[in-house]
Amino acid sequence: MYPASFAYHRATSVSHALELLATYGDDAKVLAGGHSLLPVMKLRFAAPAHLIDLGRVPGMSGITESGGVVTIGAMARHADVASSAVVRAKAPLLAEVAGHIGDPMIRNMGTIGGSLAHADPAADLPAAMLALGASVVLQGKGGSRTVGADQFFVDTFQTALGAGELLVAVQVPVSSAACAYAKHPDPASGYAIAGVAIQLGASGGRVALTGLAPRPMRLAAVEAALAAGAGAAAADRAADGVEFIEDARGSAAYKANLARVFTQRALTAALARK
Amino acid sequence: MTQITITVNGKAETRDVEPRTLLVHFLREELRLTGTHVGCDTSQCGACTVHLDGRAVKSCTVLAVQADGGAVTTIEGMARGEVMHPLQAAFKEEHGLQCGFCTPGMIMSAADLLARTPQPTEAEIRGALEGNLCRCTGYQNIVRAVQTAARTMAKA
Repeated sequence: MYPASFAYHRATSVSHALELLATYGDDAKVLAGGHSLLPVMKLRFAAPAHLIDLGRVPGMSGITESGGVVTIGAMARHADVASSAVVRAKAPLLAEVAGHIGDPMIRNMGTIGGSLAHADPAADLPAAMLALGASVVLQGKGGSRTVGADQFFVDTFQTALGAGELLVAVQVPVSSAACAYAKHPDPASGYAIAGVAIQLGASGGRVALTGLAPRPMRLAAVEAALAAGAGAAAADRAADGVEFIEDARGSAAYKANLARVFTQRALTAALARK
Repeated sequence: MTQITITVNGKAETRDVEPRTLLVHFLREELRLTGTHVGCDTSQCGACTVHLDGRAVKSCTVLAVQADGGAVTTIEGMARGEVMHPLQAAFKEEHGLQCGFCTPGMIMSAADLLARTPQPTEAEIRGALEGNLCRCTGYQNIVRAVQTAARTMAKA
């Protein structure tokens, strides 16, 4: 399957990419690793007239830590995030979740920024971003802004990324708190049919769900139960207030059950690491 | 058209390509290296796996223009003349294939694994081959072939 024809633009810097975005506007899509975008282009669900490739922009894939924040360039590959000594030590939940994405070949090409900007409701990373209280850095021609994960994921394939903005980096607060990710992968695609990421805090913790609802989301009822000292029993609240998607993979009742089961697995694992 | 140069199995290849040309089609149709297969064409089965700059990737999900300036190794680049790569020899020896369609991808993924982890555990082998689907043999003999190749390569 070939994508529809497009004009190819190789950005040489972030400002060059922003110029190209300003020139082509809604007719352009940004290409990072291509592992979210190219499959939808091959299926002709997307047919952008212009593709702006970030693959040769220098300095967009670094991973550094300073002042209690781990900063990851948008073009960092999932395999590099999963194996990074900095991420493993300072944001272990992100390393764990990145190691669960797709399969080894997908992790060798796919990028953190590309996956987050695409915002597939069954992607793994959004759950980690929400559980970590992480942020994305969005660069526009007039400057940059930092948006928290709680505000970034708006709806299915929809984010707070504005027209003419580029997701350039991810910022994760350093944490050594106990954490875990429990996932039921689609056996073919590797996407999460259900995924629950948990990072415990001094009291309570942050719990985020992916795969089962129209967008990744925090599980407020579980977090409230955790804060009230419910322990692993907090998982019983995992379906509270969630609008589950009914599709070929199952009914809403089945999805609600998956949410409870995988929340319990993640919670049990995280509590055991405390 | 965009002019690209990709070093494939050690030889620089320069061509004018449409930007939408996928790396797998560049290899198969421009260079006639048909050992790399198109299976599912949806980034799932791994039959199209090649190495791009030393890492296993699914060439049905990479544009040829993305690989411009890079180095690609395909299954045709594994043997040394008439001497099969230890992985190729081990797949033959251990009956790691039946129809053979998935085999080039299996070997390229396994080669990436052994380059990083020369003595992998069985779980590491199965993890490395998670993105390679076989529809006829099952995976038992494939795993055994990778274990055999690891032993051969350790002795070499």
